[in-house]
Amino acid sequence: MIALITSILAITLRAGTSLIYATIGEIYTERSGILNLGLEGMMLLGAVSAFATVYYTGSLLLALLVAALTGMILSALHAFLSITMRANQVVSGLSITLFGSGFASFLGQRLGPASNGHYLIGLVGKKFTPFDIPGLSKIPVLGAVFSQDILTYIVFLIIPVAWFYMYKTKNGLNLRAVGESPQTADAMGINIAKTRYIYTILGGTLVALGGAHLSLSYAPGWTDNITGGRGWIVIALVIFSMWNPSRAIWGALLFGGINAIQFRLQATGTTISAPLLNMLPYLVTIIVLVLMTWVETLNKKVGAPAALAVPYMRGEK
Amino acid sequence: MKKALIMLLSVMLLFGIGFSLTSCKKKETPAKAAEVSTPAKKFKVAFIYIGLPGDLGWTYEQDQGRKMIDEKLGDKVETTFVENVPEGPDASRIIRQYAQKGYNMIFATSFGYMDPMVEVASEFPNVYFEHCSGYKTSDNMSTYFGRMYQARYLSGIVAGKAIPKGASIGYVAAFPIPEVVRGINAFTIGVRKVNPTAKVKVVWTNTWYDPVKEREAAVALLDSGVKLIAQHQDTTEPQKAAKERGLVSIGYDSDMGKFVGDSVLVSPKWHWGSYFVKTVQNALDGTWKKHSYWGGLKDGVVMLSSFSDKVPQSVRDLVAAEKKKIVDGSWDVFWGPVKGQDGKVIVADGAKMSDGDMLGMNFLVQGVVGTISK
Repeated sequence: MIALITSILAITLRAGTSLIYATIGEIYTERSGILNLGLEGMMLLGAVSAFATVYYTGSLLLALLVAALTGMILSALHAFLSITMRANQVVSGLSITLFGSGFASFLGQRLGPASNGHYLIGLVGKKFTPFDIPGLSKIPVLGAVFSQDILTYIVFLIIPVAWFYMYKTKNGLNLRAVGESPQTADAMGINIAKTRYIYTILGGTLVALGGAHLSLSYAPGWTDNITGGRGWIVIALVIFSMWNPSRAIWGALLFGGINAIQFRLQATGTTISAPLLNMLPYLVTIIVLVLMTWVETLNKKVGAPAALAVPYMRGEK
Repeated sequence: MKKALIMLLSVMLLFGIGFSLTSCKKKETPAKAAEVSTPAKKFKVAFIYIGLPGDLGWTYEQDQGRKMIDEKLGDKVETTFVENVPEGPDASRIIRQYAQKGYNMIFATSFGYMDPMVEVASEFPNVYFEHCSGYKTSDNMSTYFGRMYQARYLSGIVAGKAIPKGASIGYVAAFPIPEVVRGINAFTIGVRKVNPTAKVKVVWTNTWYDPVKEREAAVALLDSGVKLIAQHQDTTEPQKAAKERGLVSIGYDSDMGKFVGDSVLVSPKWHWGSYFVKTVQNALDGTWKKHSYWGGLKDGVVMLSSFSDKVPQSVRDLVAAEKKKIVDGSWDVFWGPVKGQDGKVIVADGAKMSDGDMLGMNFLVQGVVGTISK
């Protein structure tokens, strides 16, 4: 039983890592008032570019950099469309997803070596492997937390930093102000467009890194549609965490844990309907949303940024 | 803010629903179709693929078969293919397009193309249609599939010999449909022939092609203590997961040892070429007739890949002997006695299960741990 719980915890963290990167990235983007629905496409392109890089250069660090750059370019495009051009953010985001998933599978068929018919599919490259933190990994059950790969350890670091930056620094306050009331923030002298650009691009970078975690660590290699809809799950997770980075971990663990638990229950001979388990995280999100909206009426502190997905134009009401 | 939130939610839910629906289909892929065509006046054959020839599994093997047509009949026949065709209305559009363009024969390589193909076949009585794994035929439309269970039985023998007596094997299974159930049963019968107390634990992923999920399922089985991984999926992820634990595995679809390494002891695989060449040749000669082809080891449509170096000669000899019995028709996998999970006799000693019963198989045999989820 203890072994079962330990293994569920370990796999849940591994499965949740890419979700946490992307969720925190999207929280930052949405907090600035920009809705980016291009996550799925950005994660896929992050995954394919990271894997292609590691396959040819053997450098994991370079692979992460290339993935980050991919995320920056795509989110800069989204930022340009939705901030400078004031385009409909839903449309812009969706087109990035459609473009990204198509382009990623195109690259997967063209970037490979000639010996493999130019396919990236089926190749083996370097990957991040889990390593134990001496001492801590020996703790029963919780030791699983300290037997992960480096990207997961970085997540443990990112969560508090992301929370601290957003709630305890002046920049974080400005970010939240821009998302809540750009008019007021503008009046205070904050550069709205610049702030939104910065956090949309920062968010996109993290999202692409989440994709890179899939192809470099979680399911090493490239296969079409490696994300399997994780980009959409992340959008649910952002709502689930009520735009607070410190809560991102719970949603990601819930989503990541469902699969792990589902297969482990099956392997031990218990059968719970798989569709039911797959539905659970979405159901919980709806429940959380209902509860939070109810709480919101009592306490004005939580909720979506008021100016989310609303283009800002100085002087316009 | 509320408006934005509602919009966000509805978009999210729509896509969530979209994803859960498409994941029920065989090998869902983005709705895009890369077409490759060549002009000429030969007998023209088109292939409709559900995935990419680079999947290293299902579509890869269909494409190998197509290449064999080129090789054997290249002077009279030319082939083309279209990748990533979603099942459903899009499929009939694409099949019809090839029929209109003057293709003489069209192969549709996934179950979900059945109804679209029936529809188009009725509109083009002079075009030959071949559909894989379905059950509907018409005057100019045939079906083809293979008795994969025979090759799975042989791979079960290899697996049973590779694990300690009474140990467990993990089986990552796709969907609880007769094709998959038949494979699990045949494999288990093979395992228990040489290792009578061994168990086969089954985990269902409800996917054909989801690398991440299929890996998770394999890891879950490995964590539960299985000594070997077998699978019915279209990716190599379960094999890779086993390799990472230093354990061996059994492949499927294609020779997965080529892509994963010698930890894959052997792979039951498809080999469509000989059938494709024959049916195209029949069409050329004007002797093509409506048929429901279900070839086995004897016909070479299903076979075992070459063995990994880790398989000892004694096991190879045993497999060869069993294969001989099946090929010469003196025995088949589901000839009695076959016992169900609870030990009840399902096929009596001396009885032979009919093809119809095999095609609708919905029970698990003794030695399988798991249930056919509803």
